[in-house]
Amino acid sequence: MSASLITPAMADAVGTDIFRTRSYPIAASDIRKWALAVYHPQSPPPQFWDGGSTGDDIVAPEEFNPFAWMTADPPGPPSALGPAGPSLESLLGLPNVGLAYMLNGGIEVDYGAPMRPGDVITSITTVADYSEREGRLGPMLISRTRSEWTKGDGARVKTQINTLIRYGTS
Amino acid sequence: MTIGQPLQPGDEIPVFARAADFDAWNRYAAVNAEFVPIHMDDAAGRQAGHETAIGMGNLGVSQINCMLRSWLNGHGRIASVALQFRSPALRGRTNVAHGRVKSVYDADHARTITLDVWIDDDDGTVLTRGTATVEGPSR
Repeated sequence: MSASLITPAMADAVGTDIFRTRSYPIAASDIRKWALAVYHPQSPPPQFWDGGSTGDDIVAPEEFNPFAWMTADPPGPPSALGPAGPSLESLLGLPNVGLAYMLNGGIEVDYGAPMRPGDVITSITTVADYSEREGRLGPMLISRTRSEWTKGDGARVKTQINTLIRYGTS
Repeated sequence: MTIGQPLQPGDEIPVFARAADFDAWNRYAAVNAEFVPIHMDDAAGRQAGHETAIGMGNLGVSQINCMLRSWLNGHGRIASVALQFRSPALRGRTNVAHGRVKSVYDADHARTITLDVWIDDDDGTVLTRGTATVEGPSR
């Protein structure tokens, strides 16, 4: 039987806050670009682009990501979790788990207040849990993180649990 | 059929269908900063064990939400969505988001509906499966 992928340090990290980030104020044009992308090739519904006389009287689609390209805190390009970001373990200051590939295993999201132009969103992410199992392509490490998004006035935007599946030797 | 009309468990809402290809994936990568080789290159997808490059799981969330929003048509909101990503979206297929009413709860002129939701492709493969809850006026 192969050794567990979950080290004692990883198990101890469950429940730890691992990442806090704050967005720049959401731009109406970012909402429009998002809506165009997800509805392509059709036009998105007007609530996502027709902003009245100011152009800003719109809302964002529920799944809009205000942290995608650059964040106000930490400043600069994002270092949030995800396929293009650093690993969960590197954010925890732990050794790399040595698995080459990753898949998005799933998402559970509870939506609150809608995001609008000018909103500044803060996200706090914690380690929810680790598990492992044997898959078609070998041992798989399953990690879940929980993120809570809030606005500047404290209104909850969403609570989201993401499942990341990693597998394959480097 | 809208959220305020008579609904029964088993009723299906209109689907949301999209081509699974770089045309859509690159647009999504551009807004979500998701330029990852397995989403952009068939060879990278094959190296990771798939037939082709694969679509983003998060785009599936958007497609489920687009389906729900189109059905709600401004008369309600998406309260929650829970999805498992079971198979990757392979390039060249058509992905279709579905929703089927699971339960309807009316109280104080407000309606809460839970739906089974899923995305399949034209090869019959279920890519994503889960549940969603929407809220809106009962009439």
